[in-house]
Amino acid sequence: MNIIVRRKIWFLISLLIIIPGIISLILWGMRWGLDFKGGTLLELEFSKKVDVNQIKDVLAPFNLKNLTIQSSGENKILIRTTAITKEEKDKIEDALNSKINKFNELRYETIGPVVSKDLTRKAIWAVILASVAIVFYIAFAFRKVPKPTNSWRFGICAILALIHDLLVVIGIFSILGHFFKIEIDSLFITALLTIMGFSVHDTIVVFDRIRENMRLRPEGDFEQIVNDSVVQTLDRSINTSLTVLIVLTALYLFGGETIKHFILALLVGIFIGTYSSIFTASPLLVVWQNWVQSRQTRRA
Amino acid sequence: MKIRVFTYTIIILIITGLALWLSLPTKKFGREFSIRKGLDLVGGTHITYEADMSKIDSRDRDRAQASLIDVIRRRVDALGVAEPVIQSTKVGDNFGLIVELPGVQDIDEAMRIIGKIAQLEFKEQSTGSETEYNFVSTGLTGADLKRADVQFDQNGKPEIALEFTTEGGKKFAEITKKNVGKPLAIYLDEQMLSAPTVQEEIREGKAVITGQFDMTEAKRFAIQLNAGALPVPIKIVEQTNIGATLGTDAIKKSLTAGIIGLFLVGFFMIIYYRLPGFLATLALLIYTLLVIAIFKLSNLTSFGVTLTLAGISAFILSIGMAVDANILIFERLKEELRAGKTLGAAIDAGFARAWSSVRDSNISSLITCVILIWLGTGLVRGFAVILAIAILISMFTAIMVTRTFLRLTVNTRLATKFSWFGVSSNQIAAEREGKGV
Repeated sequence: MNIIVRRKIWFLISLLIIIPGIISLILWGMRWGLDFKGGTLLELEFSKKVDVNQIKDVLAPFNLKNLTIQSSGENKILIRTTAITKEEKDKIEDALNSKINKFNELRYETIGPVVSKDLTRKAIWAVILASVAIVFYIAFAFRKVPKPTNSWRFGICAILALIHDLLVVIGIFSILGHFFKIEIDSLFITALLTIMGFSVHDTIVVFDRIRENMRLRPEGDFEQIVNDSVVQTLDRSINTSLTVLIVLTALYLFGGETIKHFILALLVGIFIGTYSSIFTASPLLVVWQNWVQSRQTRRA
Repeated sequence: MKIRVFTYTIIILIITGLALWLSLPTKKFGREFSIRKGLDLVGGTHITYEADMSKIDSRDRDRAQASLIDVIRRRVDALGVAEPVIQSTKVGDNFGLIVELPGVQDIDEAMRIIGKIAQLEFKEQSTGSETEYNFVSTGLTGADLKRADVQFDQNGKPEIALEFTTEGGKKFAEITKKNVGKPLAIYLDEQMLSAPTVQEEIREGKAVITGQFDMTEAKRFAIQLNAGALPVPIKIVEQTNIGATLGTDAIKKSLTAGIIGLFLVGFFMIIYYRLPGFLATLALLIYTLLVIAIFKLSNLTSFGVTLTLAGISAFILSIGMAVDANILIFERLKEELRAGKTLGAAIDAGFARAWSSVRDSNISSLITCVILIWLGTGLVRGFAVILAIAILISMFTAIMVTRTFLRLTVNTRLATKFSWFGVSSNQIAAEREGKGV
């Protein structure tokens, strides 16, 4: 099975997946949830179905900014606005109570702008820190890797594969956010970081084999060694991800409502993470090696 | 070697037994033994307050914050909420606090009790003025109180009985002596509660506040006065109320998903890896029990793990990942068997070679967990803690438990039946041919 040779195909596939996401990001951006934008969310369950327009009429006199009302599930209504005070929320609930019907308050979340800015900052930091930490860790773990390659390349190729994965997931959720109104919350960032950990986990399995084969065949052709390593670890890579994906699918189908999007992000991310370990990280190592070698021969 | 395997097996059996006993939802030592459930499972409210330190000198702010937390804690304790969370936070120059009240029924009342400053002041008419509402502070405040209790007058209306400290009692005696025949106003947070006329000098250091309050208000004032006034005002910057019904539903669904997931993974492992797969599934079950037991045990320490919906997903996710180490080892094992080694040697070689992979790949996951724990709050942190614990335990079970189980097979009749390990004799022969031996 020749995987590395066909690397141009794999890179093309990656581009085909990433580009729609990037276009969506540029056109529509992400649909930021409460955690990042700030605001108030009210989820109410009425005893029978309520028309969204009725709610709109009742709420009209309150002059709420950025108001969206949507119905979710059976008799549930989701109301979102920019942050309001507790007193305003109580008045709104009284109005709804008297003018429409009794309801059960399922969720009331309000986040002021300071807290949400803090969360956004922390999220960005988390992703950056994790990337740096991982590069260093891999460089350290692979420090005794024999020439002609060096340990930093392993780290950086792993991170490039990681960025590839993150772009795919973020792109897909940008598209989902636009067409299906799926929002990004702090759990999404958690999913991204989990995906990072896992994708590297998977990539290391392949890199570890490459390192071992390089020790066994010090005179071998690098591209050949990488290809053999990838083929040898194929079973392993796919199976380890398969078990996680099985479990995640069970969670998605049978698990609770509120984390469905979180699980979806994990599903997409881990799947792509596996793909990138085999078809992106390893070919990148070869491409880099070839580039360095061609520079050396040009100089000679 | 055999003795070691035997010892390990006994240890594993003991640990499994313990874990099983701890995991089952029965009472142990007469106490309920369970994992602490987070807000999204139990319902309740999570509030982030910001403290207004503008009137406090910057050198005194840390102390003010500490005393703020104390007062809030006393008030929350008086609410009788099971397992509340009160955390002090400091972001740059901003002092804040987080209060979590799981399972609270009347959230509004709870917040009224916590959020008000509750500064009690006694004011007298300023000397020389005859106008009704010109009251001046006497210096007698809530800080001079020893106790406040709710009691009832002859008509059953609630009133608040105050008992002053010795110092306070002396001040009170002076004030009442000075103001006989004049009104003494009692203010709470700048609002007058009542202004009774002083009949005589009161030397017992006791007083009663009567007014138009109902039972709820009276209880609230008593709690606030006993806890003390907040040193600084606080305001809400973030609040999340979660209804309990969402929670119980979610737990049920997640448990179902978890069990289904466990079954499917076991099924897959047995089909693909046969005997080792079966052993790994056993190890997986032991792993599940261990994790549950450790979560429950952690509640006895101050690092109790709080289970949230995201935490449950972390745990279920870890089930998929726990098998991972086993798969790495089994693939190695197959290779070693194909290369012609005996079972015992193949097992040892398989573990030795696979360890570096297992270690490095799990460490990278742990790195992201650590970052999440450090930078995240609440839900995010809960997820990361549970995932980290799960990864560590899974490494242990993969190395210790699976290996011991495998080693147990070495001296049985299965030791030469490599097909049970997924390797056919053809593959071994092919390997030998390839080597040109």
